[in-house]
Amino acid sequence: MKNKKAYRKYTRSVIGNIFYFAFLIVFGAFAILPLVIQVITSFKPLDELLIFPPRFYVVRPTFENYKVLPTLLSNLKIPLSRYVFNSLFVSVTATVLHIFVASGAAYTISKSKIKYKNIVFAFVQFALLFNAYTLAIPRYLIYSNLRMIDTYLVYILPYIPSTLGVFLMKQFMDTGIPDALLEAAQIDGAGQFRVFFRIALPLVKPAWLTLALFAFRDMWTITGSGTIFTESMKTLPEITSTIASGGLARSGSAMAMSVIMMIPPIIVYLISQSSVKETMSTSGIK
Amino acid sequence: MIQVKRTGRKRFANYEFHILWLPFLILFFIFTILPILSSVVLSFTDFDAVSSPRFIGLDNYFRMFTGDEVLPVALKNTVMFAIFIGPFGFALSFFLAWIINEFGKTARSILSFLFYSPALVGNVFYIWQIAFSGDAYGYINSFLMSFGIVTEPIQWFRNESYVFPLIVIIQLWLSMGVSFLANIAGLQNVDDELYEAGAIDGIKTRWHELWYITLPSMKSILLFGIVMQIQAAFSVGAIPMALAGYPSVNHAVDTILSHLQDVGTERFEMGYASAISVLLFVLIIVTKKLLTKFVNFMGR
Repeated sequence: MKNKKAYRKYTRSVIGNIFYFAFLIVFGAFAILPLVIQVITSFKPLDELLIFPPRFYVVRPTFENYKVLPTLLSNLKIPLSRYVFNSLFVSVTATVLHIFVASGAAYTISKSKIKYKNIVFAFVQFALLFNAYTLAIPRYLIYSNLRMIDTYLVYILPYIPSTLGVFLMKQFMDTGIPDALLEAAQIDGAGQFRVFFRIALPLVKPAWLTLALFAFRDMWTITGSGTIFTESMKTLPEITSTIASGGLARSGSAMAMSVIMMIPPIIVYLISQSSVKETMSTSGIK
Repeated sequence: MIQVKRTGRKRFANYEFHILWLPFLILFFIFTILPILSSVVLSFTDFDAVSSPRFIGLDNYFRMFTGDEVLPVALKNTVMFAIFIGPFGFALSFFLAWIINEFGKTARSILSFLFYSPALVGNVFYIWQIAFSGDAYGYINSFLMSFGIVTEPIQWFRNESYVFPLIVIIQLWLSMGVSFLANIAGLQNVDDELYEAGAIDGIKTRWHELWYITLPSMKSILLFGIVMQIQAAFSVGAIPMALAGYPSVNHAVDTILSHLQDVGTERFEMGYASAISVLLFVLIIVTKKLLTKFVNFMGR
């Protein structure tokens, strides 16, 4: 199917394209600037960090801020690998479980004939709009009643029913999965589980890949403040703030640590974006 | 597209659907509904997070409008932030996603990365604090001074006329991530055949295409983006608190949320804090209802 975007030649103008591209570059530069500053700062030697007037660029880039990280981290009572494991474990587990649980609920809300599904969906939307701040105390009581305090469960379990995922998946399933296709599968004798895993989920791949991005990013920055007390159960973001609290002399290393912390979300981003197919639209019906 | 008649359709086996959403229902009830209900109940008490709550009826709600000097200002600021950040942020995130969607796969990935990058920067405050630092070491101040535009460093976050627009920009920059990526994914789900049919039927510009094909085809994803943007627009609080402090200069950027955190965390008046969060909730729900009407109007 070559030249499949041929229709565009009727609705696009060259001048328009150039204008929009320029527009994107300007806004894109603004969006990524803070990230660039962060990377540049992490390569600055101490005297350049403190120089006056401050410079945007770095004259003598150095890896010093990165090299001192192991010595800084060796002062920790717990080996760094433990924090890395904690962060990776809770992020990956929560992300995967969240996607399946949220998709299952969204599929039922979108496609089943259960009568009170609309009430559940209304609750999902309300919960999404309720500010989480005042929920901390009731949640703490629930954690302690369920004996979840100081375990990995306190990171993972509350995130799994995150309403954002159900809402996103439901919106995509409403338009992205034609009922006719599901009925055809039913007539061919496929059970609802089979339809869900083999037809529904593959059809809304861009949706759950996007969801994976959100979930991983949220979980990667999670800290267990107030609910995790054992040092060996803490996550990487807490190490970053420990280094940052070392004052001005440590600001280069704090930046270096933040740059390293950005790598896993970037990897997840690259994986998810590269597996989104060029077009998902035809849904197998012609 | 084939339209199968709904009559005479075999009923889907409901028990399998029940199993599919059961894990969500259980966890959702325990970790979200239960805490929200307790928070609503607490709003009618004088709970201080230590001693047990005492029922005081609607006193907390009366207090909001009679005995709290900061709340009216915070309410005004919250609405102002929402007006700037909500519509503008959503339009921007959709517009950017829409243009980016025109490019090929590689260009699209790179451009999306640019706009998603704010969500990847962990300690956001730090970056903006360096740039807009109140002394001569701040990037912006030193830049302006080197060109002689200003002679003295500007206290960006301590100046009433600068702090509001600054927070709006930072908040816009930050809120791009979620609705932008959802829009990107949503645009990819629009059927190409619709565009082809549109071109044949005489659509001449991309703007017509946008209004008659793209927008109506992705209504449900737009609704998602709008809800997320409403939530972000009304949740301004953490960033002004971190950058401008609380209370900020002349309460210029104090919001309901920062007031809420002050009441709850500093003064431990959890009953009153719960009442404020119920107020914020009502405000958001009303806004959402109005916007949903607008989405249903599109494409007509």
